[in-house]
Amino acid sequence: MRKNWPVLLLISFLLVGLALPLATKASPPGFYIEVLLGGLMAGVLYSLVAMGFALIFKASGVFNFAQGAMVLFAALAVARLSEAMPLGVAVVLAFAIMVVLAWLIERLVLRPLVNQEGVALLMATLGVTYFLDGFGQTVWGSDIYKIELGIAKEPVMILDNVFQGGILVNKEDFVAALVAALLVTALSIFFQKTSTGRALRAVADDHQAAQSIGIPLNRIWVIVWSIAGLVALVAGILWGAKLGVQFSVSQVALKALPVVILGGFTSVNGAIIGGLIIGVGEKMAEVFLGPVMVKMFDLAGGGIENWFAYVLALLFLLVRPEGLFGEKHIDRV
Amino acid sequence: MLYRENGQFKSSYAADLQMLPIAQDRWLMLALVLFAFVAVPFLVSDYLFLSILIPFLILTLAAIGLNLLVGYCGQISIGHAAFMAVGAYAAYNLVLRLPQLNFLIVLLLAGLIAAAMGMLFGIPSLRIKGLYLAVATLAAQFFTDWMFARVKWFTNYSSSGSVSTAAVELFGWTIDTPVKKYLFLLAVLIVFTLIAKNLVRGRIGREWMAMRDMDVAAEVIGIRPVYAKLTAFGISAFYCAVAGALWGFVHLGSWEPLAFSLTLSLNLLFMIIIGGMGSLLGCYFGAAFIVVLPIFLDQAPLWLGIGISTATASHLALMIFGALIVFFLIVEPHGLARLWAIGKEKLRLWPFPH
Repeated sequence: MRKNWPVLLLISFLLVGLALPLATKASPPGFYIEVLLGGLMAGVLYSLVAMGFALIFKASGVFNFAQGAMVLFAALAVARLSEAMPLGVAVVLAFAIMVVLAWLIERLVLRPLVNQEGVALLMATLGVTYFLDGFGQTVWGSDIYKIELGIAKEPVMILDNVFQGGILVNKEDFVAALVAALLVTALSIFFQKTSTGRALRAVADDHQAAQSIGIPLNRIWVIVWSIAGLVALVAGILWGAKLGVQFSVSQVALKALPVVILGGFTSVNGAIIGGLIIGVGEKMAEVFLGPVMVKMFDLAGGGIENWFAYVLALLFLLVRPEGLFGEKHIDRV
Repeated sequence: MLYRENGQFKSSYAADLQMLPIAQDRWLMLALVLFAFVAVPFLVSDYLFLSILIPFLILTLAAIGLNLLVGYCGQISIGHAAFMAVGAYAAYNLVLRLPQLNFLIVLLLAGLIAAAMGMLFGIPSLRIKGLYLAVATLAAQFFTDWMFARVKWFTNYSSSGSVSTAAVELFGWTIDTPVKKYLFLLAVLIVFTLIAKNLVRGRIGREWMAMRDMDVAAEVIGIRPVYAKLTAFGISAFYCAVAGALWGFVHLGSWEPLAFSLTLSLNLLFMIIIGGMGSLLGCYFGAAFIVVLPIFLDQAPLWLGIGISTATASHLALMIFGALIVFFLIVEPHGLARLWAIGKEKLRLWPFPH
């Protein structure tokens, strides 16, 4: 407990920062809760992308920079396919495409690069990113597309008898959060209860030991990348429905990176909690800290959410180098 | 038969310490430098200077800076364009606010400012390493992107956020034509390459390499990690800042914050990976490759006579770029510099390989 005091200090700082707008009456409570909810919703989507990172890193030690490109690719596939067929069929077909993609990546990129250092693998996934960005837009087109989930977009007013002005929420956001929660539950059941899931965890713990008891590494990697593809698909659909499918979706990955280091590369739970922390922190900073900073430093507009997540993650890393839930390392010579 | 060290004896300590111990290497290098200084200005068209040679020289300098950190000290950074941006904007503000300063002094001061910034962003490297650090360096990238776009003081309250500079003047010599730019940049690059070469074979470079190969062991034998890592960050940022200032003043002339975005950082990383990590020669190869490839990919459809829209062409270029990077990593993970070394080794034995 004594060793954890920097973490506690940081968390209490964050909580104070979180409470400050309310305490100083800088915002009405209804608006405050709206911002909070908005942050949580964004956080859920960050978590989804970050989960893809964590899954692949845990199982193969590859830091998959291409996760964002996979999200874009999947979203484009769904958007374009759903123009010709019902949404359900399009999603299933898109998932099939993601599985094929996973198989190809394993076959053409990862297998030849086995036993290379982390940097080389990172660069390879960067190559995959460029390739997928180009390929996706060549095949599916590069305009802005829509994914219609058939959910009303109008915000709903709730609790307007409790707070003045009530709270505006989006039905779509709730569905997104629900879907994400379902996906996380399904995945954790898959990891804990099925034999494939156990094999995945074995590979994550120790490649060689897993191989020596007869777990086929290559097949496991295809499965992991397929699952990451599935997560990317869900994230892509949710983002796409919210903001439209366009190139900027692939930039979501950059938002998810601080989430992964905050939560710890190897932890799926860390990705989820980290996503929520970053989502809330970012929105709060943008809405409440941004205007203050603009006034103080005479800025040309806010936009601090572009780097706030990184600085937040960096602060956490300074007190806990392995992230919130990452595995502790003991270095030996 | 032509290239071997037989019969070249070292009879003094100075001879033992020289940078190119083989006579043929020295002659080749001398010829190359002479060729670059004397012949190239007469042989090459202005278009080639502006589109290939000038970017190549500046990006090589930046790649050397990044390679000192990543290739020699083993600390991955995906945010080095940030330090180029710091260098460019520092130089801009120095020239704007202290117009009487010599441009060389401006370059050095800009470098020093960026070095301080680099050390600041290098502090996390003392706690975290590997891929965690890589992501943490992105903080530098996004923070500077934001800072130069939003804090108006840095861009002298320009309404569009972009800044422009006059042609550089040095001792009464205005660097305005492509040939002059090329000669100036070449001189700067050669000086900085020599400094880098001597840094990495000296005490500090050995400390970096020890840190890279195994930091715990290096610490045990008495290398101070704080000193080694922070100097690597500082010097690396210094190089990139000089490159950034040159990129802004000599190559672009006027620029906006987007000129130093994440794409540039990634391109710098590609350069040192494709060229070869931990090799100064590799920086030259890598920069040449990354500068020429996009131009080649742009032109290729025209040469082949395929009529495709520019959007499709740019997407195809992205695809080919990505595929080539993966291909290079698979075929030669140690980069082009390694191929060069293999070639030299073969040449020493030629024509009797046994």
